[in-house]
Amino acid sequence: MNPFNYQRATAPDQAVKAVSASGAKFLGGGTNLVDLMKYNVEHPTTLIDVTHIPFDQIAVNSTNAVIGAGVRNSDLANHEGIRTNYPLLSHALLSGASAQLRNMATTGGNLMQRTRCYYFMDTAFPACNKRTPGSGCAAIHGFNRIHAILGASNECIAVNPSDMSVALAALDATVHVTGPNGKRSIPIGDFHRLPGTTPQLDTNLKPDELITAVELPASKFAKHSYYLKVRDRQSYAFALVSVAAGLEMDGNTIQSAGLALGGVAHKPWRSPEAEKFLVGTIVSPDAFRKAADLAVAGAVPRSDNAFKIELAKQSIVRALTLAAQGVQA
Amino acid sequence: MTFPACTDIENPLEDISSTSQSEQPDSHKDSVVDTEFSRRTFVKTTGILSAALATGLPQLATAQDGHAAAASTPHTMSLTLKVNGTSRALTLDTRTTLLDALRETLALTGSKKGCDHGQCGACTVLVDGRRINSCLTLAVTADGAEITTIEGLAKGDTLHPVQAAFFDHDAFQCGYCTPGQICSAVALLNEHKHGALSAVSFETGSTTKPELTDNEIRERMSGNICRCAAYPNIVAAVRAASKGATA
Repeated sequence: MNPFNYQRATAPDQAVKAVSASGAKFLGGGTNLVDLMKYNVEHPTTLIDVTHIPFDQIAVNSTNAVIGAGVRNSDLANHEGIRTNYPLLSHALLSGASAQLRNMATTGGNLMQRTRCYYFMDTAFPACNKRTPGSGCAAIHGFNRIHAILGASNECIAVNPSDMSVALAALDATVHVTGPNGKRSIPIGDFHRLPGTTPQLDTNLKPDELITAVELPASKFAKHSYYLKVRDRQSYAFALVSVAAGLEMDGNTIQSAGLALGGVAHKPWRSPEAEKFLVGTIVSPDAFRKAADLAVAGAVPRSDNAFKIELAKQSIVRALTLAAQGVQA
Repeated sequence: MTFPACTDIENPLEDISSTSQSEQPDSHKDSVVDTEFSRRTFVKTTGILSAALATGLPQLATAQDGHAAAASTPHTMSLTLKVNGTSRALTLDTRTTLLDALRETLALTGSKKGCDHGQCGACTVLVDGRRINSCLTLAVTADGAEITTIEGLAKGDTLHPVQAAFFDHDAFQCGYCTPGQICSAVALLNEHKHGALSAVSFETGSTTKPELTDNEIRERMSGNICRCAAYPNIVAAVRAASKGATA
């Protein structure tokens, strides 16, 4: 690990000013950044600790929920208002990592998680366009079992590892940020990027912008939602495929739907086509299979991950079925 | 068998090596290489060298990063860690993890370094009552925090109920993961008491004060890996401790 200067920020503007220094980065819970520094993948020369900024509040009312960027994942998952009104978010958060890591990880930091692509994480592999732009992609012709089937490019086939972000996509969240030019709001769908020709950029957040809060619109899926995570072991592993499914129901008829996939793309893969199709349909296996086909349309398998296409479809049908049954409420 | 002298290690680690040497028996004080080289000394010495490599010697980091010479200058900071009720003033390289500060500087070697990447849980300690991975926690971020390690759980000769339950249920084989398992279980019981849920609570539809079933215990303990696979007895110990705690 390279040496670095450590500073504590106690206000957002102070943090934004401090991060303008060359080589400076924000430090949240450190569960990902400190790990990557140990691997010499990240080497900031200054860390600005933002966990002492007082944005650790959660406010839930009938019109929205506002979650401070510093709220720890475990606190968010177990917050009474979130658990009751947005169980999909609690379920997704508790499906990620371990109790220890959830106690450390912050809401803002979770949004900024970097991929767990083996080739990105291991500097012994020289080719990684995400780590060293222009160096190539070792995964495309390597062991790519965990990699993307949707939205990938010839430059990068890495996937976003977050569970929380998948639920936020299905819940239509907005990310609030602040920077040297003031505040702005980014819809969750525009927050993370597809790799394209610039896979070194995970998000559209600028390096000197700080996430201050995540906002959720009024809860629609409190009674009918499910987060299904499929992985190589039952707990404490990243998703091969995950599904965040939310349904607003009137009897057996779907009034509105939120559907997003994890583990399949460089960003949480929300499917507006499947969501639109589900509106007005009666709950049935056929309807859910059709939604699954729409959500995974255009999937491109690599040498080791073709199984993910069928796995994703089956997982979508199962998650929608469980959501409709309301087992989570 | 010869080992590199600790003085070969760069400045930031000198404090660590001197602290560690002072813990050794008098006969070992003058030289790390000794004819009566004990297992503990061996472990400590190799541990220091491994720690040095894991931390990244400044010259290695510079060579790999191509950073300017200034970027390889270590930064030190003064901080206070309240460990097991005692405040300890330290001056540490900012790169020092809480785990290394506990083990190498404060000689509290109960917390273990397993993977050093937040994947095994052997380093689990309580910070302000919450379980965390001390290997991914920079010591400077814990300045002023109350830290409880495995050494701080017992009251004198009376074991903490979770320690006693692990003992009664033979919840270990080699014992390396045990301090982390026990710290984790202590926090688990406290979280459960306060109504915390797990992913299993949602899967079983038990989202109001879920009973601490074996499945719940397994999920809530999944951040602690046991390479000996003593899991059945670990679950039994946590189950027993949970019943004792509510009796």
